[in-house]
Amino acid sequence: MTLTSAPPTPPRPKRRVGDRIFAGSASGSGILILLVLAGVAIFLIGEAWPAITAAAADLPGGQTLTAYIGPLVFGTLIAAVIALLVATPLAVAIALYITYYAPRRLATAMGYVIDLLAAIPSVVYGFWGIAALAPALVPLYGWLAENLGFIPLFAGPASATGRTMLTIGLVLAVMILPIISAISREVFSQAPALHREAALALGATRWEMIRMAVLPYGKSGVIGGAMLGLGRALGETMAVAIVLSGSGGITFNLISSSNPSTIAANIALQFPESTGLAVNTLIASGLALFAITMAVNMLARWIVNRRADFSGAN
Amino acid sequence: MKLSTTTRAAALSTGLAATLALAACGAANETSGGSGAAGSAGAGAEQLSGDLVGAGASSQQAAMQAWQAGFNSQQPGVSFSYDPVGSGGGREQFIAGGTDFAGSDAALDDEELAAAQERCGGGEVFELANYVSGIAVVYNLEGVDELNLAPATVAGIFAGQITTWNDPAIAADNPGVTLPDLAVTPVHRADDSGTTTNFTDYLSQAAPEVWTSEPDGEWPLPGGEAANGTSGVISAVQAGNGAIGYADESQAGALGVAKIGVGSEFVAPSPEAAAAVVANSERVAGRGEYDFAVEVNRTTTSADEYPIVLVSYHIGCVEYDDQAKADAVKAFMGYVVSEEGQTAAADAAGSSPITADAREQAQTAIDAITVAS
Repeated sequence: MTLTSAPPTPPRPKRRVGDRIFAGSASGSGILILLVLAGVAIFLIGEAWPAITAAAADLPGGQTLTAYIGPLVFGTLIAAVIALLVATPLAVAIALYITYYAPRRLATAMGYVIDLLAAIPSVVYGFWGIAALAPALVPLYGWLAENLGFIPLFAGPASATGRTMLTIGLVLAVMILPIISAISREVFSQAPALHREAALALGATRWEMIRMAVLPYGKSGVIGGAMLGLGRALGETMAVAIVLSGSGGITFNLISSSNPSTIAANIALQFPESTGLAVNTLIASGLALFAITMAVNMLARWIVNRRADFSGAN
Repeated sequence: MKLSTTTRAAALSTGLAATLALAACGAANETSGGSGAAGSAGAGAEQLSGDLVGAGASSQQAAMQAWQAGFNSQQPGVSFSYDPVGSGGGREQFIAGGTDFAGSDAALDDEELAAAQERCGGGEVFELANYVSGIAVVYNLEGVDELNLAPATVAGIFAGQITTWNDPAIAADNPGVTLPDLAVTPVHRADDSGTTTNFTDYLSQAAPEVWTSEPDGEWPLPGGEAANGTSGVISAVQAGNGAIGYADESQAGALGVAKIGVGSEFVAPSPEAAAAVVANSERVAGRGEYDFAVEVNRTTTSADEYPIVLVSYHIGCVEYDDQAKADAVKAFMGYVVSEEGQTAAADAAGSSPITADAREQAQTAIDAITVAS
């Protein structure tokens, strides 16, 4: 590795051993990750195949695979969407507060706390949901069903236990809040100082500065964070299995006892006692989740790329 | 991120499966403190060695821990393990030859029986109903301390046809009781479970005109409140005023327990009544000499019997390939059906000790366990 060991007039740059090892292991790791992903996909398709080709009568519940998985897909999506709708604006506000409004010392402390929230295991959120949040929401659901029952979302009858789709949506929102706000905070804090100072120098208030210089710059980052959060909400298992009363089919009614379950929770609940074709059916639902997550990621990537052209970054 | 989500989900579900296995069908958490530590009985017995592997129903988990503790103190040389993978998995693993015996909330079906006989080298299979536990219908209704429910009323409530507590059907079962005008919230298991299989089996036999679904481990109807595991059902019933659910009798705690219509009377669940109904049930016809699979008599009319019970079996071979294995299975099953073993399970899991007749019957099968000649 020393200069003296190099030939006086190298015909072409010499490839050293260290270079080769590093290049080899790096590309090996890259290929490995692709192989693992392909392996998972092949496993899912292979194991799901018997359920996909089976007659409807042999499947659990004696219905077609679409009829079995459909409500689960719906439940998964609606829980994740509620979580995202609640968490994203809140997370952006938290991130803005930490980066531009809070005193520096408080901001650092809050940053730590938020990161800590992200590390809490989901089962703990589940217990919090069923022991604290669900009972606390029962009176609210009663009120919603009575006064806003004409809106299909609150059609009722209100759940007596509070273990509803709206409750799990809120639990998931709390779970994904730290992810989105941590990423948003990072992005906002990197908004170019030149842009910010220029805005302030032109007489903008702090809010106007944020609107003109920070938000456009951070938009793609926020969307990326939201998609990461969505990924967690889609795949969340334990909290949903504990909190949600998943006993029904497709419905937009968010406050009753009959809710569609989610794919991940349903797999976790049914797998221990399942055998044969029932296992294949569960794996087929897992394949559906795999496809949904992939679609969400591709969509996120597309949005981020599209927005990149307009962001303040260039 | 795709990958991380997938692997995380996998890790989570594995973790959950383990948790469920521990918490599921759910017998008591109280440890028996090594109850049935049987120094006395083990004193004269021959000391065995080797290993004994079982897998199956998670409903037996708490009882199995007590049995393991008691059996270990009798036969410290035998390394015993039981994997609560679930009934179906237990039967599958036993048939595949991976385990020495299975624990299962359901008896083998004909197809499985044939496969099991093949696994046992063409020999016979024993099925012993060693774990019996009453399933209580628990409710949470302010101001109502006693509740009687006829089979058709129970079925009506859980089928969603009876929606308020002051429904005429409930009132007819409970003359003189003031029932509130409150919505009924029926709570059922969200996970696939032997408790649900037995409960729906009861409903379909005792109230066939109201309950038209087949018995199933997964709740067959849409609607109602679904909760995860016995503990989940109990906490959901506790949380909701007007909620009603079904759970292992030992787990009812402070909740109201409904008396169920049997014949012309209403019977509360008790260990004696649960064991009695199993003892007086017909054996499944056309099976081997040592196959004590029963068709629980759900439509009993005897007021000494409580028809909503969970019966969980131990399934094994009458003939094993090697002597050590046969001896170990024999010793373990002998301990399980003994008075001491059944008391240990009752203390640990709140199960119903089997009757003396059932013990005698089981003993004939256990005595027959031998090494294949």
